[in-house]
Amino acid sequence: MSIILDKVNYIYSEGTAYESHALRNINLRIEDGEFIGIIGHTGSGKSTLIQHLNGLMQATSGGIYYNGRDIYEEDYNKKELRSKVGLVFQYPEHQLFESTIFEDVCFGPKNLGLSKKEVELRAFSALRSIGLPVEYWYQSPFELSGGQKRRVAIAGVLAMKPEVLILDEPTAGLDPKGRDEILAQVAAMHQELNMTILLVSHSMEDVANYVGRIIVMNQGSVMMDGTPREVFGRYQELEAVGLAAPQVTYLIHELKKNGIPIEAEVTTLEEAKASILQVFEGRGKNQKQGTKQEML
Amino acid sequence: MIRDITIGQYYPSNSIIHKLDPRVKLMGAFVYVLSLFIFRGIAGFAAVTIGLAVLIWFSKVPFRYMVKGLKAIVVILAITAIFNLFLTPGKPLVSFWKFRITQEGLKSAAFMMVRLTYLILGSSVLTLTTTPNHLTDGMEKSLRPLNKIGIPVHEVSMIMSIALRFIPILVEETDKIMKAQLARGADFESGNLIKRAKSMVPLLVPLFISAFRRANDLAMAMEARCYNGGEGRTKMKPLKYARRDAAAYSFIAVYFIGIIMLRVWVQI
Amino acid sequence: MNIIEARKLVHEYFRRDEEGNVEGIVTALDGVDLHVKPGEFVAILGHNGSGKSTLAKHLNVLLRGSEGTLWIDGKDAMDEKSLWEIRRNAGMVFQNPDNQIIASVVEEDVAFGPENIGVPTDEIWKRVEKSLKSVRMLQYRGHSPNKLSGGQKQRVAIAGVMAMEPKCIVLDEPTAMLDPNGRKEVLDAVEALNREKGVTVIFITHYMEEVIRADKVYVMDHGKVVMQGTPRQVFSQVDVLKSYRLDVPQITLLAYELQKAGLDVPEGILTREELVEALCRLY
Repeated sequence: MSIILDKVNYIYSEGTAYESHALRNINLRIEDGEFIGIIGHTGSGKSTLIQHLNGLMQATSGGIYYNGRDIYEEDYNKKELRSKVGLVFQYPEHQLFESTIFEDVCFGPKNLGLSKKEVELRAFSALRSIGLPVEYWYQSPFELSGGQKRRVAIAGVLAMKPEVLILDEPTAGLDPKGRDEILAQVAAMHQELNMTILLVSHSMEDVANYVGRIIVMNQGSVMMDGTPREVFGRYQELEAVGLAAPQVTYLIHELKKNGIPIEAEVTTLEEAKASILQVFEGRGKNQKQGTKQEML
Repeated sequence: MIRDITIGQYYPSNSIIHKLDPRVKLMGAFVYVLSLFIFRGIAGFAAVTIGLAVLIWFSKVPFRYMVKGLKAIVVILAITAIFNLFLTPGKPLVSFWKFRITQEGLKSAAFMMVRLTYLILGSSVLTLTTTPNHLTDGMEKSLRPLNKIGIPVHEVSMIMSIALRFIPILVEETDKIMKAQLARGADFESGNLIKRAKSMVPLLVPLFISAFRRANDLAMAMEARCYNGGEGRTKMKPLKYARRDAAAYSFIAVYFIGIIMLRVWVQI
Repeated sequence: MNIIEARKLVHEYFRRDEEGNVEGIVTALDGVDLHVKPGEFVAILGHNGSGKSTLAKHLNVLLRGSEGTLWIDGKDAMDEKSLWEIRRNAGMVFQNPDNQIIASVVEEDVAFGPENIGVPTDEIWKRVEKSLKSVRMLQYRGHSPNKLSGGQKQRVAIAGVMAMEPKCIVLDEPTAMLDPNGRKEVLDAVEALNREKGVTVIFITHYMEEVIRADKVYVMDHGKVVMQGTPRQVFSQVDVLKSYRLDVPQITLLAYELQKAGLDVPEGILTREELVEALCRLY
């Protein structure tokens, strides 16, 4: 079970003056149950890439295989693919349209042609898993706060029971608490529902905190692909293309430059705290021993 | 697909037509459209054709680019031609089954095709050579007398220029919402007419909500920047006539008189 | 004299149901005091719905308070007659870059404000050039706003306000919809205006990293000002900020955590350089 991209290219308006190469020779393998962060600045091709994964955009050349089957085969069911690879766009609350939250969440499963009972069951469990209290369910979605609306919109995709969930900047415009709530919910879904998750984000700190693998996009190509430590360890290359590593990564590197012998591969606050404390604890003991010896 | 329509899309260049005052161009367009319905016979046709050719030549817009705009109206052209061809009574040329093509029908179909094609070509010269803002400025100023009979000319032209600014934004937004609903399994293409109309709801509701939100935001932003109607406003680029505009006005006048004279006195 | 002086400012409005009957009263601002000196860079923080945007709209008289007083540049905001003068002197930039650009050409949009207040044509050209230059967007003067990035659009919006030559500029979450590069562009432009032209800045945001160079920070919650002080004073109270649904910059948080673990790190560290220095001194 996996998604494989084989030499995927995408060219906008080929053959005209506006021609632009949005994806260049992308080769990727996304395994079941991974939690992947996709980073890159605006125009790096990350939005184009994720729209290929559920067949909304069609590659100019190259192949995409979902669970071993070529999605560009003539009889491949694109609608089913879209239900298996759920895509949550940026500002997803802008697609809400039904008069109640519950009905809106039903829209996806209804389109799959399921029975009424199954549709409602799925909407029910989707709303439960995003943690919206039941008393809201039969209200209009337009009266909710920004963060709640966004969660309802995510539930609308979850209700299709996707195996892979792709989120394009799910935290854009939310306040810090709202951001943490959404990310914690996504992480919980990864754990509990065992979903494969792709998170497109601008925040290096968020990505470092949650994902196990990072794909860096630049000018339509995959520039780096590895664990957060591997990727953020190459922070100078990231900077050269207008990206950055988390603040703590820089901090630890600067400490090391200043002669403090510290474990330098750090991407999250917890790791930074641990490695700083380790250095100082070790030193603290040495100092104490030193003073003891002097006293003796 | 929506992006393929060239009518109304400014083509940047610095031809003399581009530089003309928009009021002159509006007057010119008006006279030109009138002339299309006045001319008669081969001589009139020749005069209009020469007028249009000169106009396109001076505008420096590639002819190919201009013809692209015609694609959008091919269907309308075909329908009008067919109606004229079969439904005009007169001397029959060919007849089969219940249909009859008459000499008059052939003639009127041909002229109708020419009129419509020229209408589109001529008016696209106006929009291709004038920025939307210039165009609305020109309208505001040309139509100012209507203010006296209670038509809010300034407001209408402000609405038009804002609409022109937001059309591309809303087109892009439509595309985005459509994709988002496709990702939720929506189907905009199959089924009968009623089913298709119904399938537009998930697209139109969010689109309207977004348009209203934008309108609200924009109204607030305009107020914050001291917008208070047309009263007491100055202009960064006020319209001023240059010598070439006077020349253009005389050209328009000569053309118009010429067309009328041809109609009255020349019988071919 | 303070350029902005709000005392016990209250904003209440009726919440109505679908038939228009009053369901209840919402207090969006609840006795807000705000004092801003000319030339200051003041940041207002708060989670979504804390009342910070409502406050911003009062400063431009897009809304009026139901109680209390608000004086802007010596003019009473409750007085109908001073409306246009206040709007001219306290310009406003909004969150969504697309929804505040009116014209289809950059320079014409910047001219919109001066046109409205009746500035003569020659003077408009001068002002447009000057204000586009001040946000480093002059080379885009003939472009369509649709082709610009988010950060560039916001800088055009800022130029549009600057062209009215205000004494004070209020920015209501100008960076919320931008990517990190866009955020930096906007913040740099605003800081430059404050430093070089002496424009008073009220900067509303929930990105904490953006306000560490502010002169003063106000934190709002439930329509009230709940914290105020220098960034250092405010950010040293990590737990209090968290209770208001806010965050501190990652470096400040790390310093705080280290302090809690027993390291002798000074309070209210704001930047990476400060923490490196403090840790090296300790070592």
